[in-house]
Amino acid sequence: MIKLNNIIATYTTERGQVNAVDGLNLEFPSGKTIGIAGESGCGKSTLLKVVYGDLIYPLSLTSGNVEYGFTGDFGTEVTTKDIKDHWFKRISYIPQASMSSLNPVLRIRRQFVDFQGVDQDKEQILAEVREYVKSLDLPPEAIDAYPHQLSGGMRQRIMVAMGTFFKPDIILADEPTTALDVVVQKSILMLLMDIQEQMGNTILFVSHDMGVHYQLTHKMLIMYAAKAVEFGDSEAVFGEPLHPYTKMLTDSLPTIGDDHIREGVSGRPPSLWDDLVGCRFAARCPLATEICRQQEPELVEHKPGHFSACHHADQV
Amino acid sequence: MTTVLKTESLNKTYRLGGFINRVKINALDEVNLHVESDEPVIISLVGESGSGKTTLAKVILRLVYPSSGTATVYDEQVAGTGSNPSKNQFLSAIQPIFQNPFEAFSAYRSVDKYLQRTARRINAKSEKDAEAAIEDALASVGLKYQDVKGKYRNQFSGGELQRISIARALIPRPKMIIADEPVSMIDASLRMNIINLFLSLKEDYNTSFLYITHDLATAYYVSDYIAVMYRGSIVEFGDAKSILTRPVHPYTQLLLDSIALTDRKWERTQHGAADIEAKEFQFTGCRFRNRCPLAEDICKHERPQAISLPDGRDVYCHFAEETIQKMEITT
Repeated sequence: MIKLNNIIATYTTERGQVNAVDGLNLEFPSGKTIGIAGESGCGKSTLLKVVYGDLIYPLSLTSGNVEYGFTGDFGTEVTTKDIKDHWFKRISYIPQASMSSLNPVLRIRRQFVDFQGVDQDKEQILAEVREYVKSLDLPPEAIDAYPHQLSGGMRQRIMVAMGTFFKPDIILADEPTTALDVVVQKSILMLLMDIQEQMGNTILFVSHDMGVHYQLTHKMLIMYAAKAVEFGDSEAVFGEPLHPYTKMLTDSLPTIGDDHIREGVSGRPPSLWDDLVGCRFAARCPLATEICRQQEPELVEHKPGHFSACHHADQV
Repeated sequence: MTTVLKTESLNKTYRLGGFINRVKINALDEVNLHVESDEPVIISLVGESGSGKTTLAKVILRLVYPSSGTATVYDEQVAGTGSNPSKNQFLSAIQPIFQNPFEAFSAYRSVDKYLQRTARRINAKSEKDAEAAIEDALASVGLKYQDVKGKYRNQFSGGELQRISIARALIPRPKMIIADEPVSMIDASLRMNIINLFLSLKEDYNTSFLYITHDLATAYYVSDYIAVMYRGSIVEFGDAKSILTRPVHPYTQLLLDSIALTDRKWERTQHGAADIEAKEFQFTGCRFRNRCPLAEDICKHERPQAISLPDGRDVYCHFAEETIQKMEITT
C-alpha cells in the first residue's frame, strides 16, 4: 500500500512559491492500477515526481511524506528521501517522451545494462534482457538498434520493458501513450495490463484521456487545481461520479454513433498564485452555492471506498 | 454546386539520406479528394502520424509545393502547376489554425498585434476599421477586445489562446479554415468548447473547415465528410457518419476498434501483426497489406483503385465489395 500523508509539493520560482500539490491524504492499495486524471497544471505529474522521490530544484516537498509499504536493506521504512536507492528495482518510471529519455548515441542494449554492479556479468544480464524482451512479444533484435532506428511505438515498448525488467513493486507511468496513435496505444496499454496481471505491480497511471483510464484502471483519482476532488473504484467514478467536475469531464466527450450536442466546461481553472478561498471548482460549477465559495470541502468517504470533495456530492 | 475542395492525383515525395543510402518517402501518393457543396462543410482528415495529413494541409496552404498534381479550393487552384493566386487574395480565402497555440504566438509580442497585422495587411483596413473587424471576430469566439488588448500569451489559458488564434483566422472572413490538430493540446474540459465553436462558425460565418485530427470521436461529432489516410494514400473517403459507424476498409475498422471508449472495455485478445508498425518506405501494391487480415496475393502486386459504394464513399481496397456484402448479410 502506498500512503500519502498530507503531501504539499512546492515549486520555487522568481515570483515566489506555488503549491502544485496542496495537501493530499490518500491510500493506494497494492497490486492495482490507479489512474490519475485532471487538466494540465492540476498537479498530476508533480504528484508522480514526489512519489518517485525526484525532488530536485525548483520542486521541493514542503510537508508530508510517502509510505511505500516496503522496507530498505536495514529494515528501515523507505521514505521519499531514500527511495532513490530503489529506483528501477522496486519503483520505476515510464516517461512520455521516449525519444528524449533514451540516449541517442548509444545502442539500446548499452542503456539496459547501464547500472551499478553489472561489470562482471554483462553478458549474462544481456541474455536475460533478451529473454525478457522476447517474453513480451517484442523482437529481441530491437535492443541492438539505436533509438532513432525504431518507430515511436517500438521505442515506447522498449521503455515499458526497461521499466518492468526488475519486476518493480511500483510503476509510475506519466502519459506513456499520449504521443502515439490509437492502434499503437492500444497494444502498449494491453502490454502494460498483461505485465500488471502477471507481476501484480502497483501502477500509478497519469493520463488526460478518460477512455484510457476506463480501459486500464482499477481505481481513479481525479485532481483539480492541486487538490484531489474524487477518489474511488473506476467503475463507481465513471458510473456514479460524486463530483460535478468528474461528471462534466466524462459527459463532455463525444462518442461515435451518438449525435447528442455536448457542452464543454466553461471558464478556466483558478490560478494557483491567487488566494484561493472555498471550493476551487466553484466558479465553474453548476451546483455551487454560498457555502462552496466560503468553505473548502474536505475529501470525505461518501460511499464505502468512494471519496469526494464536494459539499453537494449527493446532488451530482 | 461549388467545388469546396478537390485534389487531383496529388503527390509529394520527400528525399532522405545521402548519396548512397537515399530513400524516397511518398508523403502524399495519388491523393484524390472531391467535395462539392453549396453549404459550408467540415471535412475531417484522420490517420496515424506519418500518414500525410499535415503534408496535405501544407500543400493546400501553399507552404509545400506538391511533386505533381493539383489542389483546388472554392474553384480556385491553390497548388500544383499553373496555380498563382496573389498572396493577399489567397490568405483572405484560406486561413490556418495550428496545433499548439502557445507556439503560434511569440512570448515577446502581445497577441493583439497579430490580430491587427492580419486586419491591416490582408483586409487593407484603416486602423479604425481594423479595430472594428477585430472586435467582431473576437466577439464571434466569445471574447472581448478589451480583455485581449496588450496581453501576452502567458496570460491566457490554452483554450482562450486557441480561440484568439481562431479569431485571427476569421478576420479576413475566409471561405475555408485549415485546422491542424486544433484541440490536441487543449484540456478535455475545454476541448468541446472549441469543437462547438467550429459548428457555430460554420453556420454563422459560412466557413468551411478542413479538420485534421487523430481523434475519431470529435471527427464523428463535427464532420460532414471524412478522409482516412494511411501512409500517404487515402483508404476511405465519404460521408463521415456512415464511414465511422460502418467502416469498410480494414484499416478504418482497425482504427475504430482501437479507440479507448468509456462505455465498453477492450477484448483482451493477443494481437497479431496488425499493431506492428514498420519503418519501410518502398511499397508496391497495397500499403496496408502487411497489417491486413484480408491480404492476398493480389494486394502484393496491384494497387487498389477507388471503388465507389452505393452510399457515395470511395474505398481503396480490393475486397471492398465483398466486405459490404458480408456486412449486409450479418445485419
